[in-house]
Amino acid sequence: MSAVLQLDVVTRIHGTGATEVTALREVSFTARAGELVAVMGPSGSGKSTLLTLAGGLDSPTSGVVRVEGTDLAALGHRGRAAMRRTSIGYVFQDFNLIPALTAVENVALPRELDGAGSRSARKAALAALDEVGIAELAKRFPDEMSGGQQQRVAIARAVVGERRLILADEPTGALDSETGEDILRLIRARCDAGAAGVLVTHEARHAAWADRVVFLRDGVVVDESGRDRPDALLEQAQ
Amino acid sequence: MSVRNALLALLEQGPRYGYQLRAEFEDRTGGTWPLNVGQVYTTLSRLERDGFVEGCGEDGDGHVVYAVTAAGRGEVAAWFGSPVPRTQPPREELAIKLALAVSVPGIDVGTVIQQQRSATMAALQDYTRLKRRATGDDPHELAWGLVLDSLVFNAEAEIRWLDHCEARLRRAAQQREAAPEPASSPHPSDATEVAR
Repeated sequence: MSAVLQLDVVTRIHGTGATEVTALREVSFTARAGELVAVMGPSGSGKSTLLTLAGGLDSPTSGVVRVEGTDLAALGHRGRAAMRRTSIGYVFQDFNLIPALTAVENVALPRELDGAGSRSARKAALAALDEVGIAELAKRFPDEMSGGQQQRVAIARAVVGERRLILADEPTGALDSETGEDILRLIRARCDAGAAGVLVTHEARHAAWADRVVFLRDGVVVDESGRDRPDALLEQAQ
Repeated sequence: MSVRNALLALLEQGPRYGYQLRAEFEDRTGGTWPLNVGQVYTTLSRLERDGFVEGCGEDGDGHVVYAVTAAGRGEVAAWFGSPVPRTQPPREELAIKLALAVSVPGIDVGTVIQQQRSATMAALQDYTRLKRRATGDDPHELAWGLVLDSLVFNAEAEIRWLDHCEARLRRAAQQREAAPEPASSPHPSDATEVAR
């Protein structure tokens, strides 16, 4: 299976001189199509930095970040923004929905910004809401929905338009344990259907939904658990 | 003990023979705690001795069938109605290992912790994989699902405890660095002088 996200010897240093902080140090990391990878570590270990670099929201001090084979640094500002709308889906802990828009409008927004006609954007948004099991809530506003429902809308927004990279930052942090599990089931299903997922979490129970778990400490990958997928092993053998 | 109570509880559904009870116990618990059939029959004869079950003859295939008595029902009700006693914690090899790792010189506790965390995480991933398959709502799947959840939460608790140990050790190491011990003099030669 192809690598959807690839970090090659990536280092990110914030600040200079005495206040210099190395958030990530020579990290190499791959998420392939069909694979969910969890990144675990205490706060300050660099897991959020990894996610913002993967999403093109920040640039590495050295090293290369590739999404679907494209070097994000070579894309420029505008190209990265387009990439974020079409290829990368984000799921945040606090949902980040726009309060003045209904569920379906929230989900349709990235496609509309990308120039899709409003009718086709709406159609795609309804399909995405249906996929996460809340088609009937399409016309509700965020404050008329429970936390679990809002996170489902956020996931629909992250996957609308066949995006193949899903980046989730503590997506279950604000939810009770059973609702959180439903959310993980959805992300898992999307990966099983061919997307690559990166799940940042400090909860082992949630990380366990991933195929691989990467442990970060002080910006360095210290260990990895879980089996490599059989096709990944084949790839290595070639 | 729980096998005794579990068999009694299963008999509440109606008379059963030993093999049936074993099969139903393992079905509910997903084979997590395998029973041998000898253990089942020994338990049944003790229950019979104590008046909680009674043999009601053989079925057509020669199996001895047991039924719960009124006293047995009372026993089951008492079991469900009271919390499981918190006994003396069983000897926990991991806690002992870490306690010794911090006291034995030359052991890298961080590595001991990470190695355990990886292994427990792999087990947690396996349980979660099983959970993904067991999604049905019928009572048997639900029973097995609850047992799986128990394994999941226990593994999670172990990982959280390991995270906590690691954080404490790191803090302790930082404090040691920040406050140099009085014994280690900045001028090693002076210390040698004093020793002489």
